[in-house]
Amino acid sequence: MIFMVELKFNKGAIIHDAGSTKNYKTGDWRTFKPSIDKSKCIKCGKCWMNCPDGAIRKTKDGFFEINYDYCKGCLICEKMCPVKAISHEVEEK
Amino acid sequence: MVKNVVISGSDAIAEAVKLCKPKVCPMYPITPSTLVPEKISEFINDGVLEAEMINVESEHSAASALFGAYAIGVRAFTASASNGIALMHEILPIISASRFPAVMSVANRTISGPINIWNDHSDAMSERDQGWIQMYCESSQEAFDTIIMAYKIAEKENVSLPIMVCIDGFSLSHVYEPVQIEDQKKVDAFLPKYNPKNILDIKNPKTFGPIAFPNSFFEFHEQEQLAMKEALKEIPLAHTEFASMFGRKYGNGLIELIEMKDAEYALIANGTSVGTTRVVVEELRKEGKKVGLIKLKTFRPFPKEEIINSCKNLKAVGIIDRHVSLGSEGAITLDVKAALKDEKVRVEGFISGLGGRDIDKTRIKKAFEILEKGGKGIWLK
Repeated sequence: MIFMVELKFNKGAIIHDAGSTKNYKTGDWRTFKPSIDKSKCIKCGKCWMNCPDGAIRKTKDGFFEINYDYCKGCLICEKMCPVKAISHEVEEK
Repeated sequence: MVKNVVISGSDAIAEAVKLCKPKVCPMYPITPSTLVPEKISEFINDGVLEAEMINVESEHSAASALFGAYAIGVRAFTASASNGIALMHEILPIISASRFPAVMSVANRTISGPINIWNDHSDAMSERDQGWIQMYCESSQEAFDTIIMAYKIAEKENVSLPIMVCIDGFSLSHVYEPVQIEDQKKVDAFLPKYNPKNILDIKNPKTFGPIAFPNSFFEFHEQEQLAMKEALKEIPLAHTEFASMFGRKYGNGLIELIEMKDAEYALIANGTSVGTTRVVVEELRKEGKKVGLIKLKTFRPFPKEEIINSCKNLKAVGIIDRHVSLGSEGAITLDVKAALKDEKVRVEGFISGLGGRDIDKTRIKKAFEILEKGGKGIWLK
């Protein structure tokens, strides 16, 4: 498991660098990896609206993409997609 | 200016706190600790202590505000007892894990139920695993001195752990005794200004109390254990320095040995029962009995080596425990047994003084009698 870029055991668990949370990539908690099939996507945005982790972004062309650094694989997007454009695979680790 | 006064154990603590100049005192009253916040709020009102008194809504908040005060980098103080300590339970290990050198006085009172406001050690003993150093006091003067020593020890860079200064509820917190109140300049010379390296500062932001995942929690706990080991070295050092400056000492700060040189049977006691046991030892010595007493001043970190060295040549050692880990034995008994596992000395635990029951000379004599006759430890009801 790699939660921190570099482990530092500072006394009192005090983190000396501000904004260190951005170094935490929580995507490796994921077991199921969803992916969007652009050929089926109707750009409705339901996956984007329902992602509980804000891990889906709208791109310039109106489609949506998943940020795998933070997607935890809950598959709510897959469940919400009205045209079944989202499917998943089990991620090997 | 040095003052000699007759005051309660609680007032002695408040007077010592005043000399240590904390900037924040978040406190919630609870019997028998209430006299401490009362006296300190008087000091603040009268302008003789420049501190912020926070009238918190609970002990949980008192401990949380204590954490906050140390995060911004000031010396702070709180006082509590019994169920108040129990309500602080969630915050106590967070303060120690953050390595904040907080000091809290505990007027030891049992934890209800049934509801009982009187003295035993179950409140502090129930928190023995939370990373707080625990020091017990026998007299008001010792309570006064221990508060000043506590800030010194806690703030040592290699210790950086919080300390509970424990006085027996009522039997010390409300007992009036002569106390020598030391001069401010002398205390300032002994206890330098608190100047922490890491504080909450918007110009230099840091994170306090972050999440520690399984890949780091273990190491942080290990650091606390190592700091406890450092405290075993630093407590006698600070104590020696205190003794040379103020002329009073309590053994080596960890334990004190009374009539132990040629003793065959001894009792280990802490808090006010030490005073009673001193008298019993004196009386039994006059009868020609080779008995001794080990005063356990510091319970956490547990002074294992000192206990081994002072007990290994005894025939039997008994422990007066004012607390019982229900389903097992007294907390001190368990630690003494673990320390003496490779020695021949017999170890017997005596549970005594629960919920304010007196530990009188008769009961102490009974414990010595059982030890000499080779009997088992009992509940000294």
